[in-house]
Amino acid sequence: MSAGAREPGPSAASATAFSKSEMMIVAAARELAGQRVCFVGVGLPNIAVNLAQRTVAPGLELVYEAGVFGARPARLPLSIGDPTIVTGATAVVSMYELFSFYLQGGLVDVGFLGAAQIDRRGNINTTVIGPYDHPTTRLPGSGGACEIAINARQVFVIMRQSARSFVEKIDFRTSPGNLGGAEQAERIRREGGWLGRGPSVVVTDLGIWHFGDDGEMRLDWLHPGATLKDVRSTIGWEPRIAADLATTPAPTATELRLIREELDPGGVYTK
Amino acid sequence: MSTSKVATMHDAVADLVRNGDTVAIEGFTHLISFAAGHEIIRQRKRDLTLARLTPDLIYDQMIAGGVARKLIFSWLGNPGVGGLGSIRRRIETGEPAPLEVEEYSHFGMVGRYTAGAANLPFFPIRSYFESDLPVANPRIREIESPYGDGKIFAVPPLKPDVTIVHAQRADAAGNTQVWGLLGCQKEAAFAAERVIVVVEELVDEAVIRADPNRTIIPGLIVDAVVVEPFGAHPSYVQGAYDRDNRFYLDWDAITRDEAATQQWLRDWVYDLDGRAAYIDRLGAARIASLKPGSAPSGVVDYGDYR
Repeated sequence: MSAGAREPGPSAASATAFSKSEMMIVAAARELAGQRVCFVGVGLPNIAVNLAQRTVAPGLELVYEAGVFGARPARLPLSIGDPTIVTGATAVVSMYELFSFYLQGGLVDVGFLGAAQIDRRGNINTTVIGPYDHPTTRLPGSGGACEIAINARQVFVIMRQSARSFVEKIDFRTSPGNLGGAEQAERIRREGGWLGRGPSVVVTDLGIWHFGDDGEMRLDWLHPGATLKDVRSTIGWEPRIAADLATTPAPTATELRLIREELDPGGVYTK
Repeated sequence: MSTSKVATMHDAVADLVRNGDTVAIEGFTHLISFAAGHEIIRQRKRDLTLARLTPDLIYDQMIAGGVARKLIFSWLGNPGVGGLGSIRRRIETGEPAPLEVEEYSHFGMVGRYTAGAANLPFFPIRSYFESDLPVANPRIREIESPYGDGKIFAVPPLKPDVTIVHAQRADAAGNTQVWGLLGCQKEAAFAAERVIVVVEELVDEAVIRADPNRTIIPGLIVDAVVVEPFGAHPSYVQGAYDRDNRFYLDWDAITRDEAATQQWLRDWVYDLDGRAAYIDRLGAARIASLKPGSAPSGVVDYGDYR
């Protein structure tokens, strides 16, 4: 296995068929093994971290930008401001405290983000497609993402792969990743006093990417059923593939049961 | 002893929200005053600048209702569902009229209210490095630390003319208590020239004084207290009712279509005379379905020190 790549977790074979989205969520959850404090982004990160808390990372402290530390959601939160993240949490604080003391103060190990566009170095766009002043598509914008990208110790990304989302050049840099390359990014992060080391993993519906020494993402794991042809046809650059590319272990029966029966019975994230 | 600030929603909005104002209806997913937003639409206020971290459905509806010329925000979407069609149409096509936008990140907006509340010229923030946001919005400025330890970004104070917040309870003087997500209502209220508090329940001053740690806004800065149970629907009130997710899902289809959006505004805003009529139309079964189970806090003892 390539340097820097971690084992994606349980390898027990699944007895059941699974969807690409289920594989993506399971793979993302497993990446959180061993992590302590995770800042939960909007959308797919929400279900991945909630699965991780029920499997590989039971002690994971979930931080929600709405102002919650140590959430123990009893149901999958409908949004990142759901009342279930409050009941039973360790602390409910103002957004000022959350962003100032918890995030900017350096207490967040992993910022888990989604993205509309990403480039090979993990720079993220969630703002606009097309020019800013006359966008063809107006996306949600930063929310807390641009500060998470700078202040969380590392950034995980979960997103579906497509030629529109994995692009050579993003239309707007909402949240910095490895900028023009690792050397430049390290210098700017050091000189700017950023606490974050930037992106470390991108989990998609086709595989798991980690970032090499030069700051470019490299496919280390290919999900079962996905092919390198699928990977190349859904990406805007010639992708770097690990020499020892491995197959992601399929979801276990337990992981699938948690997703289907407990976290997302309506199939909101998995259809 | 303070005099009562209790007012009807009609009168509070008529007296305190003026054409051209900067208005902040705050509440992060939780405690969004849809009742106040609908009253602003109904009274056909115009040329407002609407500020809010997450415009949410309420600003999509208000912008569809034609009340705003400008939007200040940090995350534009229907949380957990999708987009906000009315706002997107105004931005993407300029139809039916262009909408000016001023965009920040969440922490940037929180910092703006904080600077506004604390009477500071700016709020320093370790965000925006290597982001295109300061290019898109030149009011986000890179500055040198006065202590020689590098660069930092600054955002300007935001001082709304009116801030409107929904809360679980207040007394007649406007002393307001909230539990659950606190968002940045406190900062937005202290930053504002005028404050309207909308509550599920009006309580005696003694109830407030029995639990002073829960007070986020003192009556000192409140201009009107509006008692409007269920006034945050379809958003939620911790402990009182859940988010009506069916409505958030339904809105996704409505907001994609301008005619459907305008029809919705007629049926649920213009043709109704206030929140009571809205609740009637919603129906008792729908409301009952949103009631959560119970999870009371423990009781703390503040002590009696005579």
